[in-house]
Amino acid sequence: MKTKAGNKNWGSNAITYGMVILAYAVMQAMVMSGNISSLMKGLLVPLCMYVILAVSLNLTVGILGELSLGHAGFMCVGAFSSAVFSKCMEGVIPNTMISFLIALVIGALAAAICGILIGIPVLRLRGDYLAIVTLAFGEIIKNIMNAIYLGLDSKGLHFSLKNAAALNLEEGGQVIIKGAQGITGTPKVSSFTIGVVLVLLTLFIIINLTNSRTGRAIMSIRDNRIAAESVGINITKYKLLAFTVSAALAGVAGVLYSHNVSSLTALPKNFGYNMSIMILVFVVLGGIGNIRGSVIAAVVLTLLPELLRGLNNYRMLIYAIVLIAMMIFNSSPKAIALRSQIADNWKKKHSREKKEA
Amino acid sequence: MSFVSYLINGISLGSVYAIIALGYTMVYGIAKMLNFAHGDIIMMGAYVIFIVVSMMGMPALVGVLAAIVVCTLLGVLIERVAYKPLRGASPLAVLITAIGVSYLLQNVALLLFGANTKAFTSVVGVPALRLAEGQLVISGETIVTILSCIVIMIVLTTFIKKSKAGQAMLAVSEDKGAATLMGINVNKTIALTFAIGSALAAVAGALLCSAYPSLTPYTGAMPGIKAFVAAVFGGIGSIPGAMIGGILLGVIENLSKAYISSQLSDAIVFSVLIVVLLVKPTGILGKKINEKV
Repeated sequence: MKTKAGNKNWGSNAITYGMVILAYAVMQAMVMSGNISSLMKGLLVPLCMYVILAVSLNLTVGILGELSLGHAGFMCVGAFSSAVFSKCMEGVIPNTMISFLIALVIGALAAAICGILIGIPVLRLRGDYLAIVTLAFGEIIKNIMNAIYLGLDSKGLHFSLKNAAALNLEEGGQVIIKGAQGITGTPKVSSFTIGVVLVLLTLFIIINLTNSRTGRAIMSIRDNRIAAESVGINITKYKLLAFTVSAALAGVAGVLYSHNVSSLTALPKNFGYNMSIMILVFVVLGGIGNIRGSVIAAVVLTLLPELLRGLNNYRMLIYAIVLIAMMIFNSSPKAIALRSQIADNWKKKHSREKKEA
Repeated sequence: MSFVSYLINGISLGSVYAIIALGYTMVYGIAKMLNFAHGDIIMMGAYVIFIVVSMMGMPALVGVLAAIVVCTLLGVLIERVAYKPLRGASPLAVLITAIGVSYLLQNVALLLFGANTKAFTSVVGVPALRLAEGQLVISGETIVTILSCIVIMIVLTTFIKKSKAGQAMLAVSEDKGAATLMGINVNKTIALTFAIGSALAAVAGALLCSAYPSLTPYTGAMPGIKAFVAAVFGGIGSIPGAMIGGILLGVIENLSKAYISSQLSDAIVFSVLIVVLLVKPTGILGKKINEKV
């Protein structure tokens, strides 16, 4: 029995990985043969970023069962910390690949630390409060990134909240973060291949976490917190673990983002509340708790509006309506009763036909 | 003198937050849900006033009344279509739906009115008050905002304490099942709460956009979230709490804008939320409710 379940899981996971690899192969073939518009080519890295964000948010929303609206905030932390590192190390580490790998680790770590810092107080709260606090956190991060000035000279890093002149840099020092203008000239290292490798890594981490003893503990908290507590599951520990892993992976997406754009600024568009909602839309439409669904939803919803340019004005409107309709259809007590009734009828009919045959 | 002027402006901004927070706190108390779309109802109300007053040339009072009617209907409609089917569903589903509604309202406004900023003409006709030989100027908007906040507070408290419908609201927020057994129509009471909350949102929209005369589809989102912070600060579910929380938050925001950093004022406001939830999660006037198995 146990092995059967294990096999089924294994097959399902293989489909998820295979899907990503297949999509990568098809895309890569199209790029090689030149059968792809420059617009689509520019979308390939953001696509990977969205998939990582959606899958990692699904860990918090679907597996842990708490709503986080600050996912873009963690991404922002990852993006800025790694971009600062890459700027400082430009020329110091000759191999861009090694430098990028270290930047990746730094971005993930910085986001994870923020996840722990925000998680310890916040995870004592539940539901609506958690959502609003994570939202607040995202806005705080965006705000701070817009106000910070950071410079580098031979003495080390200088920091100010006023303006670039207040940094007191030596001759030859460079300003890294220029307040609202952000960071410019980060090395453009991100590529589609790196993106896909990171997507596979994210999937590997999340899927293995979900299917482990830890993952089952996390899901038990989601299903019934009090029951989970009474069988000796350390609620805070597992909640914090899931939240931190989710944050770290959002940081990874941020690293991918910051090394793909020429100027990194914290705008409402890329790190604001709307971005967090957008990722949530991916997760909800893909199916809350369904990892493969998140991947598909992120890819389809990113590519679809680019393919249907005419619908662009109505895109957000359609997302909103679909979001509401999905929630009512999936979660309304009446809709659930209706669906189970239809399923029962179908089953009855089916078994009767079998008997007659 | 400048400190007093910052303080008064803070109280004025806080009064707007308080009016918005009343809508949040009433809905939260009764329907046990965070109505994310509340801030966007404010924005819708402001657009109605803009159309009636600036484009059709009607008097300001007509505009405000039209906004109150439209927002009340909108609030009831949203409750009926989006939230009522989800009564009894998991809080996560309700919250995501509310976010969807907020997103929907923003994008409807974006399609109807465009993304460009509209210059909102103030609906307040009261002249500014000059005190201390012209050193302290209190604008008409500030006076009207603070006064309307006090009036709304008194009317609402009396309504809930004295009227039958108000008592029904209290009963539903205490215990939905028991209220039903006592013959209270829970659905109607919840709809009434949404109606009152949305009407207050229209008033808040008029006052907010009179003081800060720029109107975009995203105007309501940030004040909405801050008002929720105010509601949590004062203790969610408590009407005087929403008032105190709102005014304190407005003062904190304005003083930090003046003395610390205008860029970081939002960050400071949100830090207040995190600190409050850490130190006293029930807020200033909130009650602690233990979860039962």
